[in-house]
Amino acid sequence: MRDYVEQRMSSSIETLISREYQHGFVTDIESDTFPAGLSEEVVRAISAKKGEPAFMTEWRLKAYRRWLAMKEPHWPNVHYGPIDYQGISYYSAPKTKTPLGSIDDVDPELLKTYAKLGIPLYEQKMLAGVAVDAIFDSVSVGTTMREELSKYGIIFCSFGEAVREHPELVEKYLGSVVPYSDNFFAALNSAVFSDGSFVYVPKGVRCPVELSTYFRINSADTGQFERTLIVADEGAYVSYLEGCTAPKRDTNQLHAAVVELVALKGATIKYSTVQNWYAGDKDGVGGIYNFVTKRGKASENAKISWTQVETGSAITWKYPSVILQGDNSVGEFYSVAVVNNKQQADTGTKMIHIGKNTRSTIVSKGISAGEGNNSYRGRVQVLPKATGARNYTQCDSMLVGNRCGAHTFPYVEVGNNSAIVEHEASTSKIGEDQIFYLKQRGLSAEQAVSMIVSGFCKEVFKELPMEFALEAQALLGITLEGSVG
Amino acid sequence: MPLIEIKGLRANVGDKEILKGLDLTVNAGEIHAVMGPNGSGKSTLAQVLAGNPAYEVTGGSVTYDGQNLLEMEPEVRAQSGIFLAFQYPVEIPGVSNAYFLRAAYNEKLKAQGKEEVDPLEFADLMDAKLAMVEMDSAMLTRSVNTGFSGGEKKRNEILQMAVLEPRLAILDETDSGLDIDALRIVADGVNKLKRPDNATIVVTHYQRLLNYIVPDFVHVLANGRILKSGGKELALELEDKGYDWVTSPATAGAA
Repeated sequence: MRDYVEQRMSSSIETLISREYQHGFVTDIESDTFPAGLSEEVVRAISAKKGEPAFMTEWRLKAYRRWLAMKEPHWPNVHYGPIDYQGISYYSAPKTKTPLGSIDDVDPELLKTYAKLGIPLYEQKMLAGVAVDAIFDSVSVGTTMREELSKYGIIFCSFGEAVREHPELVEKYLGSVVPYSDNFFAALNSAVFSDGSFVYVPKGVRCPVELSTYFRINSADTGQFERTLIVADEGAYVSYLEGCTAPKRDTNQLHAAVVELVALKGATIKYSTVQNWYAGDKDGVGGIYNFVTKRGKASENAKISWTQVETGSAITWKYPSVILQGDNSVGEFYSVAVVNNKQQADTGTKMIHIGKNTRSTIVSKGISAGEGNNSYRGRVQVLPKATGARNYTQCDSMLVGNRCGAHTFPYVEVGNNSAIVEHEASTSKIGEDQIFYLKQRGLSAEQAVSMIVSGFCKEVFKELPMEFALEAQALLGITLEGSVG
Repeated sequence: MPLIEIKGLRANVGDKEILKGLDLTVNAGEIHAVMGPNGSGKSTLAQVLAGNPAYEVTGGSVTYDGQNLLEMEPEVRAQSGIFLAFQYPVEIPGVSNAYFLRAAYNEKLKAQGKEEVDPLEFADLMDAKLAMVEMDSAMLTRSVNTGFSGGEKKRNEILQMAVLEPRLAILDETDSGLDIDALRIVADGVNKLKRPDNATIVVTHYQRLLNYIVPDFVHVLANGRILKSGGKELALELEDKGYDWVTSPATAGAA
């Protein structure tokens, strides 16, 4: 009888799949796009296009040469065909007649795109207390609330502007957390990144609003390589939100970003991501390869907190990490990763305890539906001098249906006897009994799945800023729509 | 018109036929007890009426409030006033009882074309309901059935019933695993919810619950069929003589 019930269960679960990706439109905008291919000339051309000082050009070239000597990593638990790095265009920017003086100069088509995405660039977000930078293909198209923020001495601008206007800050911190030689994709990014966001919060300043960036890939056959650098000076506080979408295309597009966070003495950086890149269709055709390096360095008494909700991309490969350099520093990682259809995710974190009495918390929730494959990969490393270090890891997986996979790869290296490292893991299956119970109370199958999954992810959602939490919950419902009947 | 009319109902679990031509008619304002030995099909009857997809209906008809119940989705049955108090209430970790109850309540309101209630309005409504099952409001912030004791789970079922005010409540072995105090609380709740326009089917193995919830009719279910029906005294007779009295072939013929 149990077999029978399970069989009935899986067949009805199989009927819940796929709703059209709602951000899959393409904006018809004239853009300035480099021909496909990568060489020293291309790297120099990007740097020239951006009007960069010599130190940047040199840094890019060093990264490019290093990259040439590196091999694409194949240790993640994901599978894809070879990537033709010469088949990608490394620069695409919306064409503008003159450099953008203000947001009013932005191409109206572009603004329409953002409106479609539900990102009102200015007024609404200003009212909502969010400052937004939008990255379209590879170029930043406008940063809102800049004046308001500058009253506090806060710099929030595109990376390109930061290079031009604050080169001393960029030179000091660029690559200080993720060196260009860090890994294959970080090296590639360092060589060719065309824009991104830059944030500097001065000593003792608490950033009064949430800062936000929206990334969008529009052009076909374009890679997006943005770079974000956030520096919170001593005692500063900043909360940063990142969202992303892309058009539906039947080819795979590469997104290899780098995010560096620098939290100086006593500073706090909270970084939240809702990632909704196009995931490909239900047969796994198309979708974004999201190969991202995110890392923060926390000085004495500083705190870095990563929260991510990963629902999109054909393949996700990312490990937002914290180097707990200073004594008493704190690192947190809260993650929800959802895969449906043929999506693959290999994601997790690294917590490197260097300072004394450093603490880290990892809460990972992986949800696998359809034929999705979800891996948690985490490293907790306690170095010999990290007396009194503590880590708590909780790693939960939920399976929807019988054809998906969930894997856990925890690595723990403890070099100090006083460290306390805890790891808890669980795997559960969304049950037809749970769904039937909720249906018997009048809820639809989709409401039921959404409710069960939201409950499962509660500990992570409560870490997100309110506005984002609602969006994340809605996104989760959409991603899993069609995965249970 | 009866509230529910079941005729010749047949149902399978896997290849095994459990219900073999069951007839039962329940009118508004009545309480019916369905009793029977283990494996007689009592729980199957409850699950089939609620629309559990793990059970396959192979024959017969069920008319609820003039409609073909068997064609209705489980959530539509629920929204139309059918409520099953589960024998084994299911845990939903991370979802607060209050959120769950309000979502269920709002679905019912929506189905009736009424305005949904917000959390504050709902909280007011809950006070009286909680008192009915002698539950503390702290219960509302806990995750649905998660870590609840057996008694708490059953009381939580009655709380849901009190909130949703069903037209037809089906209590599946609600007395199992309850101590005498919890049994009284649960039964009081059910009695308070009785109205001339609703009905209750109490599915139970033991007569004990029927000391608290007094049925208008008692039916003996065995081998997938109702073998005997009577008034509340039938329950006592069963307690006295055992199910064999009805089910053994020799006496069944005589009855």
